Amino acid sequence: MSTVITGLGVMAPNGLSSEDYWSATLNGDSGIAPIDRFDTSGYPVSLAGQVTGFEPEELVPDRLMPQTDRMTRMALAAADAALADAGAGPGTLPEYDMGVATASTSGGLEFGQRELQKLWGKGWQHVSAYMSFAWYYAVNTGQISIKHGMRGPGGVVISEQAGGLDALAFARRQIRKGTPLMVTGGVDGSLCPYGLAIQIASGRLSTQDHPDLAYLPFDHRANGYLPGEGGAILVAEERESAQRRGAPAAGELAGYGAAFDPSPGSRGALVRAARAALADAGLAADGIDAVVADAAGQQDDDQAEADALSELFGPAGVPVCVPKTMTGRLLSGGAALDTATALLALRDQVLPPAINIHAELTDPRLDLVIGEPRETPVRAVLVLARGHGGFASAAVLTRP
Amino acid sequence: MSEFTMDDLRTVMQEAAGENRHLQGDVLDEQFTELGYDSLALLEAAARVERSFGVKIGDDDIADVGTPRDFIQLVNDRLAQAPA
Repeated sequence: MSTVITGLGVMAPNGLSSEDYWSATLNGDSGIAPIDRFDTSGYPVSLAGQVTGFEPEELVPDRLMPQTDRMTRMALAAADAALADAGAGPGTLPEYDMGVATASTSGGLEFGQRELQKLWGKGWQHVSAYMSFAWYYAVNTGQISIKHGMRGPGGVVISEQAGGLDALAFARRQIRKGTPLMVTGGVDGSLCPYGLAIQIASGRLSTQDHPDLAYLPFDHRANGYLPGEGGAILVAEERESAQRRGAPAAGELAGYGAAFDPSPGSRGALVRAARAALADAGLAADGIDAVVADAAGQQDDDQAEADALSELFGPAGVPVCVPKTMTGRLLSGGAALDTATALLALRDQVLPPAINIHAELTDPRLDLVIGEPRETPVRAVLVLARGHGGFASAAVLTRP
Repeated sequence: MSEFTMDDLRTVMQEAAGENRHLQGDVLDEQFTELGYDSLALLEAAARVERSFGVKIGDDDIADVGTPRDFIQLVNDRLAQAPA
């Protein structure tokens, strides 16, 4: 039994649809800009990958507006796009044969912050009844499930940036257990004062205020990462079920592995996760045509990922893509977007470039795709993701 | 305090549920659930009425509300009890 991806919905700082994202990414167009939602003058971080031009009033039913955080609105729009792409929706299959599994990092923090401000500023009577779910981790799964009448298995996975891949694995487990269609992936974002405060506290954000110098993964000048918002929602289906209803596949989720690095200072989870994903896919390292890197943007973490890649593939043994240089790190949406990138690369046989990093300043053990897209045969892509606290996950996407 | 009317309910529901188009026409005796407004939308609407009209409506009272007529009656009962 295999799991294929039949639908893609993207919401990214550099594109509001999968095609817009893909053409911007191949073109090297960045979505990194000064944060314009609130005054950041008191914060050490001023740049982010903001989704601009998103008009929730046009894309989200008015009934859902009072009860949704911005990241949920983006997730609903991405889910609509993914289901339209897959030609699926209510009635495609019996309602208990369709489920939802998304990733989350901290729920709808902007909504939560606003209601807490009302609580302390105006009084408890002013707190929205929708606070009961709008800022919870599982809210995107719930809202997508209700909107599309998908009453099969529902779940949320919380493992920070690794979550985007872990949700796919959760969806694949449900498919293997008999649910033929799962909506999965992750759309995330907390670009509000409280959300920024939480991310700053990790000590891993870049405080650079020049967009071209702030997030430079694998570059000797790396000084942290930039936060972003967005991600991707994918429709995952059991292959034969998708074939029966005539839904073409964009690719197969052929392998997955997860590992953990307990603190303090343990290493090696990324290699273990990648090896598990390769074994699961039945591929050797030389069967992988490209890697979409986690790209922490920290000297030590970049070094660890470069170590892992050279251990797996040998020196400069595989092209490494870092489209995150154009979006920042999107919390649980990041690896979901990287998975969408992998599927688009498989479709078009081209690898997207990284921007802002310079080849002569990067780790010589890596064959980074920089500056220009690279046309090359792409049959299998390895996506890597690490989540704060020791999570490491890997997924292998192959041509359908 | 003046009377709470169907127009007031429509105004409150616009804010509480994001739209009131299912409250147009002759729907006084339709069930809110049939009209598409769930229990949370009613709780949110009640909280807004409490703040705007200065009355107290308990969650248990709202649980007994089935139709717009019930909702309007409940608010007007509370308005009648409230000190002038």
